[in-house]
Amino acid sequence: MPEVRLRKRVTFVEEVLHEFGPPPLVPLRRGAIAAVIANPFGGRYEPEIAGFMEDLKPLGLDMARLLLAALGGDAGAIEGYGKGAIVGTAGELEHGALWHAPGGYAMREVLGGAKAIVPSAKKVAGAGARLDVPITHLNASYVRSHFDSMEIGVTDAPRAGEMLLALVMTTGARVHARAGGLRADEIVGQDGLR
Amino acid sequence: MSLRIRKIVTIVEEVFEEAGREVLPPARRAACLAVIGNPYAGAYQDDLAVLIEAGSELGAMLAGRALSALGGAVESYGKAAIVGEEGELEHAAALLHPTFGAPMRKVIGGGKALIPSAKKRAGVGAAIDVPLGHKDAAFVRSHFDAMEVRIADAPRADEIVVVAALTDSGRPLPRVGGLAVGDILGVDGLR
Repeated sequence: MPEVRLRKRVTFVEEVLHEFGPPPLVPLRRGAIAAVIANPFGGRYEPEIAGFMEDLKPLGLDMARLLLAALGGDAGAIEGYGKGAIVGTAGELEHGALWHAPGGYAMREVLGGAKAIVPSAKKVAGAGARLDVPITHLNASYVRSHFDSMEIGVTDAPRAGEMLLALVMTTGARVHARAGGLRADEIVGQDGLR
Repeated sequence: MSLRIRKIVTIVEEVFEEAGREVLPPARRAACLAVIGNPYAGAYQDDLAVLIEAGSELGAMLAGRALSALGGAVESYGKAAIVGEEGELEHAAALLHPTFGAPMRKVIGGGKALIPSAKKRAGVGAAIDVPLGHKDAAFVRSHFDAMEVRIADAPRADEIVVVAALTDSGRPLPRVGGLAVGDILGVDGLR
């Protein structure tokens, strides 16, 4: 499989101090990291692409480590996660699907074995497109307070022959979460769902 | 600070490759944005002292965070503000111009050149292109640049987004001539 060619990396960290209402004791932190790489399959139909997932693993690990560092470096402080991909217009949605395995693997590796499926979003789009990366609790997908999403984008990417790959981590629930449902302190922790 | 900060966003960009060529060392840019309540939203006020005073603290805080995120020596800088729809362009001016620059320069270890700036009034999610220029000589052509930033949920009508941006380099692969970094005189902030 082809090498991973990294053109650009962008890191975003948001600190939410309040949302109307009183400031929380600890501000919510949400971080995202986006890597802009060449799409090795751009411009043609390539039947065999799955091997590229293995090639993406080191990139994914780097991204997960850098993102964790940008959020303070404590894996125990991370409660939510998500991932996403934007494929430039010379590529296919299926190319974005190559990110599922290495992106999820990288975050589990760095965060120490999260149980829940990593929620994801992907699309084919032009440079500057925005992607709402879905976020859920990393050990129990049904935790309602942690349902969230983070909008990301890079002005000059993805170009037609590129892919933008993203990881997202958060340190907690939505600020002032009060819409009920399964709470983080009620997680059973067996199946990744509840 | 007398103003309420709702949110702080830090963005770091690293360029490793441009036009198929490696950029070595990678070109890095960092911006830090704060979303603050606009105390003057909705009604004309002659005296904008609260924002003028807040500009000083914001200049230090935003430049400090951008500097930490950049992780290297600063070569160029810029600043900007987006005023929510119930505010005035003048509110951005009050934040950015009287007191913002001095603490920003102090944090990054000096800067002789004017800090280039942009401002506008806009709705939630608006992007702004923060102009960038070399910190010691505004005429350095390789460092003329801009960094687009935005926050999806800001500014609300009664808020202002304030930005400080720093870089450790100029554009990747600069080759349009003009004053070069090596030729800076460093006296007047221009050349």
